[in-house]
Amino acid sequence: MDAIQKQLLEAVAGFHEIPTGAYNIRANGQTAARQSSANIDIITKEDGTGIEIHIKPGTKKESVHIPVVLSQAGLTETVYNDFYIGDDADVTIIAGCGIHNGGSAASQHNGIHRFFIGKNARIKYVEKHYGSGDGSGERIMNPKTEIEIAEGGYMEMDTVQIKGVDSTVRETEAKLAEGAKIMVTERLMTHGHQTAESRFKVSMNGKNASANIVSRSVAKEESRQVFYSDLEGNAPCSGHTECDAIIVGNAKISSLPQVTANHPDAALIHEAAIGKIAGEQIVKLMTLGLTEAEAEEQIISGFLK
Amino acid sequence: MLELKNVSFQVSEESKEKGILKDVSFTLEDNKFVAITGPNGGGKSTLAKIIAGIEKPTSGQILLDGEDITNLSITERAKRGISYAFQQPVRFKGVTVLDLIRLASGKNLSAAGACEYLSEVGLCAKDYINREVNASLSGGEIKRIEIATVMARGTKISVFDEPEAGIDLWSFQNLIQVFEKMHDRLHGSILIISHQERILKTADEIVVIADGQVTGYGKKEEILPTLLGEDSAAECKYWQKGEK
Repeated sequence: MDAIQKQLLEAVAGFHEIPTGAYNIRANGQTAARQSSANIDIITKEDGTGIEIHIKPGTKKESVHIPVVLSQAGLTETVYNDFYIGDDADVTIIAGCGIHNGGSAASQHNGIHRFFIGKNARIKYVEKHYGSGDGSGERIMNPKTEIEIAEGGYMEMDTVQIKGVDSTVRETEAKLAEGAKIMVTERLMTHGHQTAESRFKVSMNGKNASANIVSRSVAKEESRQVFYSDLEGNAPCSGHTECDAIIVGNAKISSLPQVTANHPDAALIHEAAIGKIAGEQIVKLMTLGLTEAEAEEQIISGFLK
Repeated sequence: MLELKNVSFQVSEESKEKGILKDVSFTLEDNKFVAITGPNGGGKSTLAKIIAGIEKPTSGQILLDGEDITNLSITERAKRGISYAFQQPVRFKGVTVLDLIRLASGKNLSAAGACEYLSEVGLCAKDYINREVNASLSGGEIKRIEIATVMARGTKISVFDEPEAGIDLWSFQNLIQVFEKMHDRLHGSILIISHQERILKTADEIVVIADGQVTGYGKKEEILPTLLGEDSAAECKYWQKGEK
């Protein structure tokens, strides 16, 4: 791998060299490195469109890294990755995509991830997106995540897109069986003329299923964001969705939370708040000696932490 | 030393000029503890904001150690050594108590270092240090954190706007001790806006502000007896005039 690819890898996956445990590193549309472990098997799909990650039942405290880097301008790829997480497993999956575009043609990565989470399994899924390069070509990422959680399963999903992605459409769909739980935290920042659209749909189909979708975003300059969140309660369940957004400059944000109760014991809450940074927050930090610009930076970095 | 010279502050209300502060002058000497008291709506909080630079006076001057700081920004005043504790502390999503105390101290304080300030204001530090300064904190908790941020700054002038508001009786005793300690130990001046007799009693000097004007100013021993003997109903001029 070259220096740019290594830099992207560090930005999205937090490592300089090859990680320990199971991993699959994809660079410019090709597998650059792969390693399975005793409990985690990574194989290429038969049709060659992506990979399958099989995690054995009962696997505990292991991690899988599956970063993708694109440094070749004009490359468009669509990857289908499927995760099969065995019953009672407890693992962390770190995905991420970094695009460096120094050319004039658009680079695009569409990642379709499907998760099949077994009974009483727990997974933490971390996904970071990052773009760099000063070419005029757009850096486009469209991640789609489809999740099925079996009885008593749990998923914590943590997604971050802070810098450099020109256009993104993120879609996340989850189906929850009895006692299954999903917690999503999305952090998003757009600037310049970037656009971001994020859609969540969670169907709580089993008794005592629960979902918590929290999105915090900052839209700067002329960027635009749209947030859709749709919670559907088809059984006695509890769901909460919250979208907090800060506008800086002339950015535009729409937030459209929706909750549907198809069962009398479905308890669903939605919250959405959009606005500029509160003037008094800036004043408070200025009384601590920060300049207005420093205060704004602190407030935003805290908000997106 | 902080000097206020003939400070006035007016606002436009229904196309009429309304005087919030009228010709206010007093001096906060080095290492002194001055309390400002007086009826609600008398202009005390406005005065604190004018000292911190949040509001600019319509006329008059503010001097810090002889330097005219009237036209300096909030940030510049903070850097010169003025701290200000809000009456209603600001809440932040995502910013933790530790972040705020670090920003206040101006250095990359260790968690243990930040805990000292929290303990001083009667908060069990380990329960609070990583909490966000958001709506989950009670009014009393956030007031104490606000006081801790001013202590962490350790500047030569500290202004507190009604620090006792929202603090329960049990914690109030602790709060008094905090100010007593600050007064004994700190090399700096403290200006507290308060209605509490116990706080007024810890002050060296008291300034009484009513209807935007200084109506009493002097040593605690002189001013306190005049305040405590007052009948508040008799003071109400509208009542006396029989107006509604």
